[in-house]
Amino acid sequence: MTTPLDQLSVLLLLSAMGLYAVAFIAFALDLARRSSEASALADEAAQRTAVPAASGSASGGGVATLVAAPPAAPAPTGRAPSRPGRRTAARVGLAVLTIGWVLHLGADVLRGVAASRVPWANMYEFSMTGTLLIVGIYLLVLTRVDLRFLGSVITGLVLVLLGIATIGFRVAVSPLPPALQSYWLVIHVFVAILGTAFFTIAGALSAVQLVQARRERVLAGGGTARRVRLLSTFPNSTRLENLAYRISIVGFILWTFTLIAGAIWADHAWGRYWGWDTKEVWTFIIWVIYAGYLHARATRGWRGNGSGWLNLIGYGAVLFNFGVVNVFFHGLHAYSGLSS
Amino acid sequence: MSRPSDAFESGFEDPRPVENPRLGPAEWLRWAWRQLTSMRTALLLLLALAIAAVPGSLIPQESADPNGVISWKTSNPGLVSVADFLQLFDVYTSAWFSAIYLLLFVSLVGCVVPRVFHHLKALRAAPPRTPARLGRLPAYRTAESSGDAERALAAGERLLRRRRYRVQRYGSSVSAERGYLRETGNLVFHTGLVGILISVFIGGGFTYTGQRIVATGQTFVNEQQAYDTISTGRFFGDSSLQPYAITLNSLTVKYETQNLAALGEPIDYTAVVTTQQPGRKPQKRIIKVNEPLSIGGTDVYLLGNGYAAKLTVRDAKGKVVFGGTVPFRPQDNELTSLGVVKVGSASPKQIGLIGFLYPTAVRKTTGALASNFPDLLNPIVTFSVYAGSLGSGPQNVYTLDTTGMTQVAGPPTRTKGLQLSPTSPTATLPDGLGTVHLDGITRFAALDIHHDPSQGWVGGFVVLTVAGLITSLLVPRRRMWLKVTDENGTLRLEYAALARGDDPALERAVADFAEEHRGELEADPGPLERVPAGV
Repeated sequence: MTTPLDQLSVLLLLSAMGLYAVAFIAFALDLARRSSEASALADEAAQRTAVPAASGSASGGGVATLVAAPPAAPAPTGRAPSRPGRRTAARVGLAVLTIGWVLHLGADVLRGVAASRVPWANMYEFSMTGTLLIVGIYLLVLTRVDLRFLGSVITGLVLVLLGIATIGFRVAVSPLPPALQSYWLVIHVFVAILGTAFFTIAGALSAVQLVQARRERVLAGGGTARRVRLLSTFPNSTRLENLAYRISIVGFILWTFTLIAGAIWADHAWGRYWGWDTKEVWTFIIWVIYAGYLHARATRGWRGNGSGWLNLIGYGAVLFNFGVVNVFFHGLHAYSGLSS
Repeated sequence: MSRPSDAFESGFEDPRPVENPRLGPAEWLRWAWRQLTSMRTALLLLLALAIAAVPGSLIPQESADPNGVISWKTSNPGLVSVADFLQLFDVYTSAWFSAIYLLLFVSLVGCVVPRVFHHLKALRAAPPRTPARLGRLPAYRTAESSGDAERALAAGERLLRRRRYRVQRYGSSVSAERGYLRETGNLVFHTGLVGILISVFIGGGFTYTGQRIVATGQTFVNEQQAYDTISTGRFFGDSSLQPYAITLNSLTVKYETQNLAALGEPIDYTAVVTTQQPGRKPQKRIIKVNEPLSIGGTDVYLLGNGYAAKLTVRDAKGKVVFGGTVPFRPQDNELTSLGVVKVGSASPKQIGLIGFLYPTAVRKTTGALASNFPDLLNPIVTFSVYAGSLGSGPQNVYTLDTTGMTQVAGPPTRTKGLQLSPTSPTATLPDGLGTVHLDGITRFAALDIHHDPSQGWVGGFVVLTVAGLITSLLVPRRRMWLKVTDENGTLRLEYAALARGDDPALERAVADFAEEHRGELEADPGPLERVPAGV
C-alpha cells in the first residue's frame, strides 16, 4: 500500500539522488582541476630546481614566544599545495551534497512516519538509512579533516547503492512481522548501519591509500607517474592509512556492538544467542577480518599495503553480507522484504 | 595477537632470520612456540578462521537447518560421502574448524600471559629517562622564558600530574607517561575472549533444549518424556529438570487485513498460559515472540504455531475408537496444513488418515482446494483414508507409514476423500469402517524450552571484552617530556611527546601542554617574587 507520505518520501529520495549526481560531477571536476594543478606545480618545480627553499620560520619574537619546530618528517602533502587552490568545484560539490543530504534525511524520516516505525526494517529502508549515514558521517568527518578528495568516490558509491535500492529492493510499506517487533530492532540494526557507514569511509580511504602507495613506489623507483598526477594533491599513503585506521576502529567497535546486540536479540527471539545462522556467520566473518586488519597494523610486513587490502576485503565482506547473504542465502534473517 | 593492535615496537617477535643448524628437541619446541605465539601466526590464524567459517554459510548445517541438510543430500547424492567426511554439515564443531580456533586461542594465551607480567612491571615502573635529543621525536615544540628553571620544572610536573600523567624528574627534565589503561584494556579484551570460550565450553554441558507442541487447552509438564524432542548436554541428569507445568489457555494471532501489500501477514502472536509450580499459586502469564517466559530455570519461547483439529473416530457400531486433538503442520504462508490420524484400536483393520486443513478454503479452477488466507474464515479438513496395519515400533506423529496399508479413499482412488467442516462435521468412512467427526479446530503453539546456565558467565565476559576493546582502541598512550635549559638567564623550554600506538592528538597534546605551561609561568611570578600580602 503506497501512502501519500511514502510517495513524498520517494520523491525526496529521487531529488536527493539528483543532487548527489550533481555533487558527484562537481567533485569529479575538482579532481580534474587537481590534476591540472599538479601538472602546473610539477612544471614550476622543474623551473626552480636550483632555488633553495625559503626559510619560513620567523625570527625569535619576544619573551616566551612559542616557535613551532620544523616537522620531523616531511610535511604531508595534500593539505596545502604551495598555491592553495580555491577548490571552487569541491565547494560547490560540498554545498550540493549537503542540500541533497537534507532531502535524503527528509525522505528517510517520512518513510519512518509512513510505516510508523524506524525506517530500517527491510533492505530498501536499510539501504536508504545506510547511505544517509554514509553521507552524514562523511560530512561530519569533513568538519575535522579535509577529505574532499573522497567526494566523488563517496557520492558515486552512494548513488550506486541508492540506485540498486530503489530499483531492486523497493517494497511498499508493510507491518513488522512479530519477530522484528522488538526494541532490539532499533538498537541492533541501527548500530549495524552506523558501523557499515564508518567501514565505507574507511574502505574508500584504504582504496585511495593503495593507489597512492603504488604511485609512491613508482616515484621512489625513479619513475614518473604521469597518468595519476592528481594523486600528488592527496595525502600520502601513510596518512591515508592512519585515517582509514582511525575510522575503522570506530566501525569495529560498532560492529562488536552489532554482534552482541544481535546475540542478545537472538536469545530473546529464537531462544539461543548464537546458532551459526548464515547472517550470524557472516557477521562473525566480518568481525574476524577486521580484527585481522587491526592486528595487521602491528605486524611486520603487513603494515601499509597488507592492512589496506585487508580493510578492503573486510568491506567486501560487508557488502556481500548485505547484498548477497540477505537475498540469496537461506537463514533466519529473512527480512529483505523481497519475495523469493 | 595480544600486542596492542597498533604498537609497532617488537616484543616477542624474533626479527632475526631463522637459522638452520642443529636444533635439539627443546630448541625445536621453543622455536615452534615462538612461531605460534607470534603476531604473524595469530594474524594468519584469524584469516584462516574467517575463511573456514564461509562453507558453513553455503552448505546447510545440521544445527541450524536440519531440513536443509536432508534436501541438500537428496539433490547432491554424489557429494554426500565427501561432505560427510569433511564434516561439512557440522562445520562449526568439525575437527578442522576447532583446530583453527583452538590454535588461535593457544597463540593468544601464549602471547597474553607474558604481556600481563610485562605490563604489571610497567605499571610499577617510573617513566623512562628523558631522551638526549628531544627534537627528533614526532611532536616537538620549544619556547623561551625568563625566570627560574626549578620553578618551570615544578610547574611542568604539576601540570602533567593534573593531566593524569605519571611523572618523574630526571635532573633538569621531566619525564611523564599516561595511558597505561590502553594496554590494560587490551589484555582484558583478550582475556575476556578466553573467558567467553571457556564459559561456552563448560556451560554447554549443562544446557538442554526441548520442543513441545501444545494445543489450546493442553498442558505441558516439564518431564523428559513430555518433550517431542530434547537435546541435552554432557552433564544433564534427571534432576536437571525442575518441576512445573504450563497450560495453554489461548493463542491469539492477528493478521494484516488493511494493507494490501501485506495482506494476511501475521502481525501479532499472543499465547496466554497458566503456569503451575510446586508450592505456588497458579499464575496467568503471556508469551510472545520476542518475550519468552522464564520459569523453573528455563526460558520458554513461542517459536511456531498452527492448527489442531479435534476429531472423534467411531467404528461401524458407533464405538469411539479415536478421540483427540491432532496437530496439523503448516505447509505455506496461508497455513494450508498437513496432519495424520492413526487409529490403532480400529478393527479388524487399523485405519490411517492423511489430511489437509485449509483455514480459508477456496476451490481453484482445477477443482482442487487451497487456502488463501491464514485465519479461520472458511475452514475445511479433507482426508485420504488408508486401511491395514500401522506397523509397530517408534512412530512419527506427522507421517503415516503406508507400507502395510491400502488406500481406500481419496485421490487417486475412485472413492472420494472425506471432507469435513464446522457446518458439516461428520463424514462416513468407506467400506463400512465407521465415521469421522470434526469436533472443532483450535490452534497449537510450538514451544521451545531452553536451559543455559552459562549465559550469565558469557554475558559477564562479553561486558569485560567490550570495555577492554574500547579502552584499548581509544585511550591514547603517550610519553611527554619537558626539558629546561638555562642559557645565560633565558630559559629554553623544550616540549616533546611520543605516541605508543595510534594517537591522532599527539601534536595537539604537546601544543596544549606547552601553551598552558607558558601561561602558568607568565601568570604566576613564583613564590620568591610574590609580594607578601599586607605589606
